[in-house]
Amino acid sequence: MAYSKVARAGFAEEIEAIKSKGLYKEKRFICSPQDAEITVEYPEGAAQEKVLNFCANNYLGLSSHPDVIAAAHKGLDSRGYGMSSVRFICGTQDIHRELQDRLTDFLGTEDTLLFPSCMDANAGVFEAILGPEDVIIADRLIHASLVDGIRLCSAEYDTFKHMNMKHLKQKLELHQGKRNRLVVTDGVFSMDGDLCPLGEMVALAEEYDSMVLVDDSHASGFIGRTGRGVHEHFGVVGKIDVITTTLGKALGGASGGCVSGRRELVELCRQKARPYLFSNSLSPVITAASLKVLEIIMKSTERRDKLEANTKRFREGITAAGLAVRPGETPIVPVMLYNAKLANDMARDMYAEGIYVIGFSFPVVPNGQARIRVQLSAAHEPEHIDKCVAAFRKVGDKYGILGLDKDGIIAKYGM
Amino acid sequence: MSCEMHETVREYVIGEYVDEDDDIKIADDTPLISSGIVDSFSMVSLKVFLEKKYDIKLPDEEATPEAFDTVNSIVELVKKFQAK
Repeated sequence: MAYSKVARAGFAEEIEAIKSKGLYKEKRFICSPQDAEITVEYPEGAAQEKVLNFCANNYLGLSSHPDVIAAAHKGLDSRGYGMSSVRFICGTQDIHRELQDRLTDFLGTEDTLLFPSCMDANAGVFEAILGPEDVIIADRLIHASLVDGIRLCSAEYDTFKHMNMKHLKQKLELHQGKRNRLVVTDGVFSMDGDLCPLGEMVALAEEYDSMVLVDDSHASGFIGRTGRGVHEHFGVVGKIDVITTTLGKALGGASGGCVSGRRELVELCRQKARPYLFSNSLSPVITAASLKVLEIIMKSTERRDKLEANTKRFREGITAAGLAVRPGETPIVPVMLYNAKLANDMARDMYAEGIYVIGFSFPVVPNGQARIRVQLSAAHEPEHIDKCVAAFRKVGDKYGILGLDKDGIIAKYGM
Repeated sequence: MSCEMHETVREYVIGEYVDEDDDIKIADDTPLISSGIVDSFSMVSLKVFLEKKYDIKLPDEEATPEAFDTVNSIVELVKKFQAK
């Protein structure tokens, strides 16, 4: 038997080791639609509680919007439930084409190709457009899905210090002998909430004859004056060669992703990208609902404006309360705790205060950089935010970390 | 005991992986990978540097996080492949 008692014992030991390091991910069950307030069963088997959600990627509050749900129902009725096919065989409906065209308009690019997820888009794009004569130069803190996609590609790759344009310039100079250069970055970095200095990056890329790829999953819909993304924020719309992004965060929150950019690069993905060729087509339900999401956010900036105001309110409040947060302007606010057990214990206590947040530790973030990542939403009201800040103040006080900097917290709890 | 190769490797690691405002000292036995100074994704730059600098080819199965974890272990690895 392949799964012997010895094998089972070995795997069980590995799981116990994860628990003993304080890195075990506990199960939580949401028993309501995703929204600012949710009903949660935690721990498993416990009575359900109503809590405020501060850890969803529901940045624009559209995950359970009635108009989006209505559009999904209409999509089900008019185009059915599933395609039972990959896109290129018999899995492409007219609404897929319409959604791709609408994303092209929204992002300001030449063409767009839908994928089952942005994880799939990132896994497929590099190997579809680059080869052994090319080089990828990536920010060291890019998302894991980009790392996986780069590793799957036969192009050489190199890295530069996080958001360090001087180091990027050195790498661009170093790799001038390659056929094509592709600089890769997140638009907004998912664990730190940092905003990539995309204007400077594009200028360098132009100077050193390099393409640029941006994963804007944590930016599409709400960064930039009309929410087009980090490229709009820095005034470089039309200058990004490839944008990958997700429909699974601000843009509805179900699933789906895309590669959007130069016409030829998108077409190469359509012809060659393995996740596109071998994974099922995006369901008609999600496609129809996504079209409604784009209609809502292209008509008005009301939601991204509210998110911006909520972000400002929370950042000011949490800083005044004495928690150590990474400075920034995005709705991703990491409350830095450094010690994994501290992060998990505080998250558990926050839940008891009616605030649902999660502790993040290795391997999701680097060792010794544990945190609670707070994410704001346009669905939050000011009183929700004030309650969250008050809970952090209370729990932070319990653990004696208010007013402490990194050295102070590490001295108290270790890394 | 440090030799010229130790210094060359140390200088490269500091320039490539340590931010200017970071107060990190890299001794011959400072853990690089296990401490997070160098991660497995960015390790590739170090591999390429060593291959070019010392005119060696490091097979992927030898260029492991363990082999790259300290200046000492990196120098040991380079010397092993210089001898081949």
